[in-house]
Amino acid sequence: MEKNTTASVSKEKISLTINGTEQQLEVEVWTTLLDLLREHLQLTGTKKGCDQGQCGACTILLDGNRINSCLSLAVMHDGSEITTIEGLAQGDELHPVQQAFIDHDAFQCGYCTPGQICSTIGLIKEGKAKTVDDIRDLMSGNICRCGAYSNIVKVVQEALERSQQA
Amino acid sequence: MRPFTYTRAKDVAAAVTDIRANSEARFIAGGTNLLDLMKIDVMKPRHLVDITRLALDTIEETDEGGLRLGALVTNADTAYHEQVEKRYPLLSHAILAGATAQLRNKATDAGNLLQRTRCYYFYDTDTACNKREPGTGCSAISGYNRNHAILGHSEHCIATHPSDMAVGLAALDARILVTGPQGERMLPISDLHRLPGNTPEKDTNLGENEIITAIELPPQGFAQHFTYLKNRDRASYAFALVSVAAGLEIEGGVIREARIALGGVAHKPWRRPEAEAMLRGKKASRENFQPVADAYVQGAKGFEHNTFKIELARRSIVRALMTAAKIEE
Repeated sequence: MEKNTTASVSKEKISLTINGTEQQLEVEVWTTLLDLLREHLQLTGTKKGCDQGQCGACTILLDGNRINSCLSLAVMHDGSEITTIEGLAQGDELHPVQQAFIDHDAFQCGYCTPGQICSTIGLIKEGKAKTVDDIRDLMSGNICRCGAYSNIVKVVQEALERSQQA
Repeated sequence: MRPFTYTRAKDVAAAVTDIRANSEARFIAGGTNLLDLMKIDVMKPRHLVDITRLALDTIEETDEGGLRLGALVTNADTAYHEQVEKRYPLLSHAILAGATAQLRNKATDAGNLLQRTRCYYFYDTDTACNKREPGTGCSAISGYNRNHAILGHSEHCIATHPSDMAVGLAALDARILVTGPQGERMLPISDLHRLPGNTPEKDTNLGENEIITAIELPPQGFAQHFTYLKNRDRASYAFALVSVAAGLEIEGGVIREARIALGGVAHKPWRRPEAEAMLRGKKASRENFQPVADAYVQGAKGFEHNTFKIELARRSIVRALMTAAKIEE
């Protein structure tokens, strides 16, 4: 072993701002953001589907960008801001994208929906989707096994149009 | 996931020191491939060196008129970077042809190049795989091998490299900047990945404790005449069966320079500079593209489920060159 190396740790203290509240946490270094949210903080709105980054059910916003929380170690995001499905509504008023999912009946079982909603918000922020084909391509990281895709695309289209008017 | 220890490196020198000081250590940045493989026990590092705090997250101009992509710039930030979109649209298209928006927001440029194969047997720890467990054999050769290699494979491994970005970079003749215990070095992207031969467990020619710090793009970006054509089993979020990155420099209908790199067909992006040279000084036309396509797949050998890829590659090359040359028939 060489001298002057950084001390290796298996537990670490981190600070995360989750849905607007800064939290001091101690995590085992192998804890994913998804497990931290669900198992440690009881924020179970973010879902574990495949746990391999393929289904998108675990999508959250990390510093405003949509990512797969299952493929992220909590310890690596010390200092970051996280928004989950629980952090979108303002009191009783739903986020417009949440409301649009209800209005367009864009889900059946609802398991993928929190990920779909966070992904939609990320897509709008990125500002790269111009056509329906773009939407389909840029939402392909979110699988819906009930097959509610056609209404999900309508929601994203509407949300995009609204964001362009704003 | 198996427990491991963790350090967060503050600069490149500390990262190299940390990786040497810990046995069975790995660098981690985006983590989108490594964590996936750790969860299913395909990769079992005992220590992770977090490199996300290194100052390698910018895209800068180079003195020769190209761009230097920091190793930690995300795939999304690279693909959507104004100068990349304008001067290297081939690279933007290649990156956006891979993965999903969520993965591209997290995956880094160097990590993209170092991702592991998606051979089904590499992922399945119940089967033999020389890449995962050297000496156990290759299950793919006599198994289901639809997404496997048709070029450059060996009797020990027929895996393909899954990156689209690497194929785009191969066509652009990108250079890889590396730092290791012996200092810095630069290698052409064509030397980064290797063919499997007798040691398929090695994906690249990087030294054990070396770290990629940047990717350099030479000035020529083929922004006028390019295409990235990706054939796959789904319209989005699927690995390439055959992909083609093509860049042409055309003056007065005559080709001055041609670059063609294939993805999904080998253990590395597939270039044949001698075949590209056949186009120099020629008119851009289907008649001139066909022999180049034939030369690219010369010596190709398929297996039970992927022999179709030889003809698919041949036709894809012609189609990609026609698109790049803007020839409509």
